[in-house]
Amino acid sequence: MVLLDVKNVSKRYKDTKALSNVNFSVKEGEFISIIGPSGAGKSTLLRCINRMIDANDGEIIFDGIDVLKLNKRDLRRLRTKIGMIFQHYNLVYRLSVIENVLHGRLGYKSKIDGIIGRYSEEEKEQALKILEDLGLGQQIYKRCDELSGGQKQRVGIARSLIQNPKMILCDEPIASLDPSSSKVIMDQLKDISVEKGITCLVNLHQVEVAIKYSDRIIGVNSGQVVFDGPSRELSSDTIYAIYGTEAGNLIVD
Amino acid sequence: MQINPFVKKRRQFIGLTIILTIFTFASIIITEYDVVKGFTSAPRAINWMIANLYPKEEALKNLPRILDKLGETVIISIGSTTVASIFALMFAILGSKTTKVNNVLSLFSRLTASIFRNIPIVAWAMVLLFSFGQSSFTGYLALFFVTFGFLTRAFMETIDEASFSCVEALRATGANYIHIIFQAVLPSSIPQIISWMLFMIETNIRSSTLIGILTGTGIGFSFNLYYKSMNYNAASLVVISIVCTVLLIELLSNYIRRVIL
Amino acid sequence: MEGSIVSTVKYRKTNKGKIKIRTVTTSSVVIKTTLSILLFLTVYGLVTLDTKDVNLIEAVKDFAINLRTMFFQSSLSNFTFFQSLYQILVTLGLAFLTTLIGGFIALFLGLLAAENLSSKRVSTVIKGFVAFIRAVPTVLWVLVFAIAAGLGSVAAVIGMTFHTVGYLIKAYSESFEEIDKGCIEALKASGASWWQIVFQAILPSAATYLLSWTFLRFEVNFTNAVAMGAAAGAGGIGFELFMASGFYFNVREVGFITYLILFTAIILEVFSTRLKNKFLLGS
Repeated sequence: MVLLDVKNVSKRYKDTKALSNVNFSVKEGEFISIIGPSGAGKSTLLRCINRMIDANDGEIIFDGIDVLKLNKRDLRRLRTKIGMIFQHYNLVYRLSVIENVLHGRLGYKSKIDGIIGRYSEEEKEQALKILEDLGLGQQIYKRCDELSGGQKQRVGIARSLIQNPKMILCDEPIASLDPSSSKVIMDQLKDISVEKGITCLVNLHQVEVAIKYSDRIIGVNSGQVVFDGPSRELSSDTIYAIYGTEAGNLIVD
Repeated sequence: MQINPFVKKRRQFIGLTIILTIFTFASIIITEYDVVKGFTSAPRAINWMIANLYPKEEALKNLPRILDKLGETVIISIGSTTVASIFALMFAILGSKTTKVNNVLSLFSRLTASIFRNIPIVAWAMVLLFSFGQSSFTGYLALFFVTFGFLTRAFMETIDEASFSCVEALRATGANYIHIIFQAVLPSSIPQIISWMLFMIETNIRSSTLIGILTGTGIGFSFNLYYKSMNYNAASLVVISIVCTVLLIELLSNYIRRVIL
Repeated sequence: MEGSIVSTVKYRKTNKGKIKIRTVTTSSVVIKTTLSILLFLTVYGLVTLDTKDVNLIEAVKDFAINLRTMFFQSSLSNFTFFQSLYQILVTLGLAFLTTLIGGFIALFLGLLAAENLSSKRVSTVIKGFVAFIRAVPTVLWVLVFAIAAGLGSVAAVIGMTFHTVGYLIKAYSESFEEIDKGCIEALKASGASWWQIVFQAILPSAATYLLSWTFLRFEVNFTNAVAMGAAAGAGGIGFELFMASGFYFNVREVGFITYLILFTAIILEVFSTRLKNKFLLGS
């Protein structure tokens, strides 16, 4: 079943075109990587899906809803169904791990409950469960600025999971991490996708990682989709088409 | 053709020196600044300070009165800063790039802050004096206006710096505006906000001395009274008590900053 | 929600038996204490404010009327537009001389106050001395100097220089301390003298910072010069402001002068913000 349908989406910034006529669709439960050189529009593309950035043209259908036509209130409701993970984790570093995780529930809260940060016991238990699954059971009361990079990213994942999302958008989730933490994070994302059936759309810089983990790869260059297919079909020619001259450094074998 | 960077640097340096020299001479002429007197008076003033500017025993009987005025000044500085910071926080949230509601309100709050910040405290004090006379309101409000303008800008920069990324994350979870303010913006910027408030309290104690001299209130008035009657021993006691207070507050502020930042 | 989930994670409970999500840290205690004390003193201050029988409502009304006259019917009556511009220049001149003299002194002392360029002891002594200088309000420095030099531009410039030096030493020495250690070590290893290091490495790499801080201070000194004109007889636009309000009670003229000062200050601010964004935040 198709969960997300992106049709002819374009985004312009003044003179430069960040995205032009992007088309692709995503089936439920798929693990998809978007690869491409820096500045190709990967980030913009991801942010257009949950309208952190408004696209200029085109149509985005998520779970049968036309995303670009939503009003503010309905947009917030939609966003609760889409988790997001960032390169720089984007946590509130002065708050505890569990408070940061519970932030994922704010979209479901009434005004007052959200302002004073009042969460139900079920929500708290769910947060504990998720943290335990991600291996952060010992860190729940630590302040987020005391954590390592990999741990911070796991808090980010926990925050998106507690939203009970249908899809998670990951914007360069391992770009600031060392190889071993990167592996942990990618394994966890893959587990989430396989076990919980949550669709994952991951921006990646590293081709090998994309090939290893994804069902499908979308290659982006200069705001256009230049490749869209199963990871095994990605040849060195297509990598060259995606990365241009940068490709030389990326192809290891 | 590319100019050699060293030649370019040298030219910039010579250009800057010429401009500064012209400005210096122009300033000396226009302000009727007596250069010789400028150099000779500094050591003379310091000698005089050593000879005269210390409290004698008889000046100490003024101490209770001075401390009373000083306490009033400190309270007014703290009060005006706290009240101003509440307003400044609201304007900063509306004005900041990260948390603005719309561009019109953002521009409005930036402009308001800029006007309040750039009208000198002297002007506020003089105008307030017309309506509020020699009451504490005059100093309180003058400090309030300038502090409000200054803190709005400082808080705006703080919010943009400290909370841009977590605001993005919470927006993506579907949290609404007010939740984002209370759960992301305030927790991440509160230490910096307190740091700015402490800085402003310190500044305001010094500013209220100035306002006091102009409007005849608070500790500034006490100083002016002794100064004009040439009771320099008592005047020095005022200076010393101000210095001690400011240093004490600075020490306390540094401790608080070390713990919270 | 999957109903009741039994978790093995060790968590704490509140008095009411709920799962705790916040923890008490020194930092949060200090933040709360500081805010409570400030709030308490503010309320105490408002209650005990020395109101001198001022009718607050009447005074606020009166103030609003004055503000309206000031900003919407501003005009000059005791001197001409050209004269007022000249007075602005006088104030700018005072600020310029102060910044220049202060900058030179601070540059030298700033080198001595930077821990990576001098000894820890010298640095501590200078920084302590500077803290004292900054604790004395500018107006008091000016008035004290006025006893020796007489009221006027000399006392104003020298008095204001004290504070400028105090401020700039702090800013400069922090800029110097941020300079890459390796850069200094490399020069030391090659046998360069202290002065050579300063001129070849320190000053060129800190130049943009120094410039931005100095201009920022010039902006502050302009406001100070206005104040000293009003409170310590330093002349310039500040003195005219004092005369217009304290002597002629002419709200319209006060308005006009305020506009002029505001205009000048905003130009300076825009300029220094640009410098700051370019040099201080960019790197």
